[in-house]
Amino acid sequence: MSVLALDHLTKRFGGLIAVSDLTLEVPERTIHSVIGPNGAGKTTVFNCLTGFYRPDEGHVRFREEQIDGLSPDEIARRGVARTYQNIRLFANMTVLDNVRVGHHIHVTGTWLGTVLNTRAARLEEARVLDEARRLLQFVGLDDQRERLAKHLPYGAQRRLELARALASRPAVLLLDEPAAGMSPREALDTMAFIRRLRDELGITIVLIEHQMRVVMGISDRVTVLDHGVAIAEGPPAAIQRDPRVIEAYLGARHAETGFASDHVHGAS
Amino acid sequence: MRESGRSVVATGLVFGGAAVYLCLVGIVETFSRRWVIADVVSLGHVVLLAVGAGAGYVATMSHGEFARRRGPLAALAAGALVGASPAALLVGGAAIDLRVMFINASPQLYQILALGHAPAAAVPLLVALGAAAGLAGWALAAMAPRARRTLLSGLVVVLIVGIFQDLLQLLLQGPAVVTAVRGAVFTVDGPSAGGAAALCVLTWAVLAARGRYDGALRRATASLSPGAQRGLQALRWALVVGLLLIVPIAGGPFVAQVMVLVGLYILMGLGLNLEVGFAGLLDLGFVAFFAIGAYTVALLTSRGEHGIAHWSFWAAVPAAMAVSLVAGILFGIPVLRVRGDYLAIATLGLGEIVRLLVLSDALRPWLGGSFGIVLIPKPRIDGWELSGPRELYYLTLVASGFIAYVAWRLQDSPLGRAWMAIREDEDVAEAIGISLVTTKLLAYGLGGAMGGVGGAIFAVLVGSVFPQSFSLLISINVLVLIILGGLGSLWGVVVGALVLVGLPELLREFGDYRFLVYGIVLVVMMLFRPEGLLPAAAQRRELHAVDDVPAGEPASAIAVSGAGSAEA
Repeated sequence: MSVLALDHLTKRFGGLIAVSDLTLEVPERTIHSVIGPNGAGKTTVFNCLTGFYRPDEGHVRFREEQIDGLSPDEIARRGVARTYQNIRLFANMTVLDNVRVGHHIHVTGTWLGTVLNTRAARLEEARVLDEARRLLQFVGLDDQRERLAKHLPYGAQRRLELARALASRPAVLLLDEPAAGMSPREALDTMAFIRRLRDELGITIVLIEHQMRVVMGISDRVTVLDHGVAIAEGPPAAIQRDPRVIEAYLGARHAETGFASDHVHGAS
Repeated sequence: MRESGRSVVATGLVFGGAAVYLCLVGIVETFSRRWVIADVVSLGHVVLLAVGAGAGYVATMSHGEFARRRGPLAALAAGALVGASPAALLVGGAAIDLRVMFINASPQLYQILALGHAPAAAVPLLVALGAAAGLAGWALAAMAPRARRTLLSGLVVVLIVGIFQDLLQLLLQGPAVVTAVRGAVFTVDGPSAGGAAALCVLTWAVLAARGRYDGALRRATASLSPGAQRGLQALRWALVVGLLLIVPIAGGPFVAQVMVLVGLYILMGLGLNLEVGFAGLLDLGFVAFFAIGAYTVALLTSRGEHGIAHWSFWAAVPAAMAVSLVAGILFGIPVLRVRGDYLAIATLGLGEIVRLLVLSDALRPWLGGSFGIVLIPKPRIDGWELSGPRELYYLTLVASGFIAYVAWRLQDSPLGRAWMAIREDEDVAEAIGISLVTTKLLAYGLGGAMGGVGGAIFAVLVGSVFPQSFSLLISINVLVLIILGGLGSLWGVVVGALVLVGLPELLREFGDYRFLVYGIVLVVMMLFRPEGLLPAAAQRRELHAVDDVPAGEPASAIAVSGAGSAEA
C-alpha cells in the first residue's frame, strides 16, 4: 500500500508550469528519489506535499486521505516532516530547543498545566527532554545541545535539521537535497545514514537530489523531473540507462554551462 | 598625516558643536543647578567635560597607527577645539544678542561658561580645560579595558550620588550611624569634595577587591554542597524580596508612588514582551489592553453613574484579566496573516480603535465618553482600605510578582518554545506542526491579560479612568522599555521600566529634556548594545560565542567530521 500518492498534480505560477500532471506512488518503508536539473520543479513538489502550495490540479493523498488543501501544521500532524535545501533552523534557539520544539505535535499538556507546574506537565517535559536528547545522541550532537543553532558548523546544522524533523516521529520524511554542499565522500555517508532511518525507524523517505550518482545506491525507485514533467520513473538501474534521462542531463549540460560538470558527474 | 589632522579637526568641531548645542537648548544651565561636588563641580560642568573627553577618546580611537604615536596630541587638539566652541559662544554672545533666536542664551549661561571670570580671561581657560578633558579622553582610550572600567565606575558612582542627592539624603535618615554617613558625604549644597573622593576611592577599592577575590569566591561557592547552594540561592532571593518590601518604608510616599508607576509599566512590559519578545509579534496597540483592563474594573466597581455591578476590586481583577484575554484573542484574529511592518501598522490601528471607541458618543451612555468613569473605590481587605501609595505599592508588587512568575513558567515550556519558533521562522514552525492560529492567539490573549492587570491597578490607583490616559505614547513607551531592557528577557523588563519610567519621575526637574535624553539613549543603545541592557540568556550566549565557526560555511573538514560522527 502506498503511504503517499500524488495524483495528476499540477502547479502553475502565472504562465509558468512548475509541475505538470505528476503522478507518483510511494510505498511504505521505501526510499524514493526525485531527481532533475535545477528548476525542474522538485522543491515545488515538496511544497505541494507539505501544504505550502495548494496544487492547481490533482490531489495529494496520505494513507488514502486527501491532504491537499490542509494547512501545513495539519499535514505535519498526520506524520509528514521535511528538511530544507537551504537549512532552515531556528537560528537563535539552542540545539536542544530546536529538537524539543520538533516534538510539538506530541505535546498534550496546555499552558495552564505549565504555569501551575502540574505533575502531568512535569512528566511530559521530562519525557520531551529525554526523547530530544536521545535524538541528539542519534545524530551525534548531544554534547552541543546548549549552543545556539546558528553557531553550529554546516554539517552539524544539516544533522540538527534532520533531528528536528525526526522529533515529530514522522511516517514520511521529505529530504530536500540532504547532501548539498558536501563532498562525494560525505554525501555517501549521509546516504548511508538515510538508509538507517528507513531500516531502523521504518520511515518512508522521499528524497530530492541534484546529483544522480548520490541517490543511485540507496533508492528503491527514482523519478526524473525535467521542466515539471516526469520523464522517467523506475528502479535506479533502469533510470541510468534511460535515453530520455541521459538526454535531459546532457541537454542541461549544453544549456547551463555553470552546472555542466556537476550533471555529467552525476550522470556518469 | 594631513588626512589624520583633518579628521582630528572634524572630530573636535563635531563635539564642539554638540557642546554649543547643549548650551543653547538650556541643558547646561539647568544641570548647573545641581552640584556633583558642592560649590566645585556642577552637573552642567560634568556634561561639558564629558563632551571634551569624548572628543579626545574618539580622536584617539579613530586614528589607529597615528594615534599610537600622536594620540595625546590628537586628543589634546580635539579637546581644545571643544573648549574653544563654548568660548566662541561666550565671545559671540557678548557681541550679539543671541536671545532673539535662542532663549536659553541667557546671562546665567554666560556666567556659567565664564566660570566666574571676565570673558576675556575665560576664553583661554575654557580652551585649556577642553584640552585637559581631551587628554583625559586619550588616557581612557589608552588604558587597559579593566582599569578603564574601574576608573569610570568610581566616577559614575560619584555622579549618581550627585544626581540623586535629594533622594539619598531623604533615605539616610534615622539612626545616628546613618545620619553620620550622611554628614560625612553631604553638605547642605550637595556632596562634599571629601565625601565624593571617599566614595570614588571606596568604589575602586571594592572593585579591586572583587577583581582579586572573585575567582576564589566563585570556586568556593561551586564547591559547596547542592543543599548549601540552594540555601545561598534562597538567601539571595530573600534579600531581593526583603529589599522590595522595604522600598516604600525607607523611601517614603513619593518613592512608593514612583514605584507603583514602574510596577504598572513592568506589568505591561511583561505582557508586551510575551508578544514581541517571545513570539516576535510586533504590537503598537498594546495600550488597548491596559485600557480594557482599566475600564472593566471601572465598570464593575464604580460607585458613580456608570458603575454596573458594584463588585469589589478583588472580584473585578479576574474579570478584567478574562475580558482583556478575550480582547487579545479578538485583537489577534484580524492580524493573523499579517507580518512584519504591516503588523506594526495594523496593531497601531487596532489600538487606536479601542481608544476612539471609548471616546465615542455612541458608547457615551455606558463608558462616559471623554468624561470617563469616576468614583472607583480603593481595594479593601477586611475593612482596611489600600488607599495610600505604599499600600498600592504592595498590591502592584504582588501583581507583578505573580505575572512575572507566569511569564517565567511560560518561557521554558512547550508553548514558549512554539512562540520562539514562530519568532524565528513562521513557515518552518508551521511545517513542524505548530498551529499558527492557536499559538499566535495565545500570545495576544495572555499578553493582553497581563496588560489588563496593569490597567486594573491603574484604575484604582487614579480612582477614575479617562480615554485621554490611554494614548499611543504609552504603547510606544512600553515597547521602548522592553527593547531597552532586552527583548525576551524578564529582568530586562524590570530594568527597562526602572530606567525609562522610574528615573524620569525621580528627575522631574530635568523633565524638559526627557525626550531628548530618550532619543540619545535609544540611538546609542541601538548602535552599541542592540541586545538591550539585560539580554535574554540566548542572546547573551550568542555574544560570548565569538570563537565559533560562522554558520553556513561549507568547510569540507567540518562537514566530514559532521557526517562521520552521524555514522558513529
